[in-house]
Amino acid sequence: MGFAGRAEEENVSLQFILTVTLNGLTLASLYFIVASGFSLIFGLMRTVNMAHGSLYMVGAYVGFAVYDPLYASDVWASHAWLIGIAAGILAAALVGLFMQVALLGWMQGQELRQALVTIGLSIIIADQLLALFGGNPFRFFTPELLFGPTELPVIGRYPIFRLFQVVLAVAVGIGLWLLLNKTKLGIVVRAGVDDRQMLAACGVNVPLVAATVFALGAGLAGLGGVIGATAQPMALGVDARFLLMSLVVVIVGGMGSIGGTALGALLIGLAEQWGQVLFPTYSVILTFVIMATVLAVWPQGLLGRKPT
Amino acid sequence: MIMMTSRQWLATAAGVVILLSLPLFLPNFWLVNIFGRAMVYGVVALSLTFLAHYGGFVSLAQTMVAGVAGYAVAMMAPTAIPLGPLAMPYFAAIPLALLAATVAGAIVGMIAVNTREIYLLMITLALAVGLSLFAQSNITWFRGYEGIRNIIGPEVMGLPFRTPLVFYYVALGVAVSMFLLVLYVVRTPFGLVLQAIRDSDRRAAAIGYYVGLHRIASFALAGFIAGWGGVLITFYNIGITPSSIGLWATVAVLIMAVIGGLGHPLGAFIGALIYTVMDTFASSIIGHDRFNTLIGLVFLAIVLLSPDGVWGLGKRLSTALGKRPQVNADRETSL
Repeated sequence: MGFAGRAEEENVSLQFILTVTLNGLTLASLYFIVASGFSLIFGLMRTVNMAHGSLYMVGAYVGFAVYDPLYASDVWASHAWLIGIAAGILAAALVGLFMQVALLGWMQGQELRQALVTIGLSIIIADQLLALFGGNPFRFFTPELLFGPTELPVIGRYPIFRLFQVVLAVAVGIGLWLLLNKTKLGIVVRAGVDDRQMLAACGVNVPLVAATVFALGAGLAGLGGVIGATAQPMALGVDARFLLMSLVVVIVGGMGSIGGTALGALLIGLAEQWGQVLFPTYSVILTFVIMATVLAVWPQGLLGRKPT
Repeated sequence: MIMMTSRQWLATAAGVVILLSLPLFLPNFWLVNIFGRAMVYGVVALSLTFLAHYGGFVSLAQTMVAGVAGYAVAMMAPTAIPLGPLAMPYFAAIPLALLAATVAGAIVGMIAVNTREIYLLMITLALAVGLSLFAQSNITWFRGYEGIRNIIGPEVMGLPFRTPLVFYYVALGVAVSMFLLVLYVVRTPFGLVLQAIRDSDRRAAAIGYYVGLHRIASFALAGFIAGWGGVLITFYNIGITPSSIGLWATVAVLIMAVIGGLGHPLGAFIGALIYTVMDTFASSIIGHDRFNTLIGLVFLAIVLLSPDGVWGLGKRLSTALGKRPQVNADRETSL
């Protein structure tokens, strides 16, 4: 009896450890999706997009505005979520495209000024979203295929949607890697990271590439918005949280590196979940201890390149 | 020594005299809620302008550092609701709060010491939002969302701090002292080295100056200045909450400094005044709910059209018209 009891106890604690770790992993997946867009934009254009959290909100709000009536209708209900995602990505990408083409493109190189412009935009976007959609929290219903819990070994019942987040993040990561390493656009983007002027001199339409990359990065924020608003209820103020997390993740991981972003997201996601378990009201501090430590030892971030 | 020509001293004196005599003309609302408020927030913006113009650091952690002072004075205030375990008289709590802000400024400086420009902007923003989130989740010391209330400030000459005249003159005294402190410091050997480092840190290091230490010291000094602002803002708001040091509060101070102009310490106060006037009267223009859109558009317009703010705009206008800078009638002074 005693032995059985102890074995069960160990099982419980192992289950607990794995559950918290898996929670951290799923959170890290969401952070990665959002922060990879931030990192992508920064990598090519050296633009710190302070409106990245606002683009996340644009994705969630517009996605929901499209999703909600569809979900209520009989015909479209089963596809509502996917259409919502598409709408969220598209809306965020369009806003991002506008930002780059209308405002940021012609002050290329003035990094601080660009950051200030995006701060101004983030204020306006957040306020306009509040005006258009109101401040009530909302949430996407998980699509039927991804609804409910599933049985995992040791951990037991776990929401399928959270596992889907991990799969999606891996897919985004692989997709970005393929895009950057195996396509013509990727070659151009990587060349642009190294030397924009030379790239332009080679006859590449750099502003067009920049606009494409900005739209892509913004679209990833929009995707994150819909996914995030499906996992947890969406409320105002998340723009600050996701801007903060994007900043911390890329600072820790290294600017402009997809692998670094993944590593940073993993560290921060796990630290946040474990921090909440171990010392509940001080967990935010842990995130910043990690950030300060990384900055002290690796000022470029864990996988960031040294500036040339 | 603060280096000014006699004409500039005269202008400064005239400006101070005008500000001193404002209570004769203006109703209390304008004294406290417009000029008083603009001056206490202007002090925080001043600390940002000091770092940005003389050190080359656009730090977004200044609101957070002011918040450290605000929270410190609130935790130690004898009138606080809920009363903290550290309660002590204001004459002890205020210097300790300023010390806390100075230390916090130095810590921010240490964390950010090897970074410049946008990296610095990102790191200081992360620190700022981080403290606000921490204050929100921590009940033991920061009292979570509720914050700490009833921080009414000490009595000055037997009068409550919140008496309009008392608040106005204390705010004016602090604002002018901090303004003159900045003008003084930038002419000291320390301030000159700081500007040399801003222009070329390698050369300054090659001459033999310890670049990192100068940078950290400038953050500590900016922390001290912001701390004064933080203490007075807490008295002005009769308390402190996490949102008063959050992302939007941080951005508000940045907006003030940029609108006014990062190129001169006076810009901070001009910007704070513009921001305050707009915040107060926006409701009669577009409805108070959409204040953020209005201020965002104004900020955007300034960044796009005149990156050196109203101060720079005024300077360029006056050069074009062949006149001396005349930016704001009641605060006319220049370096």
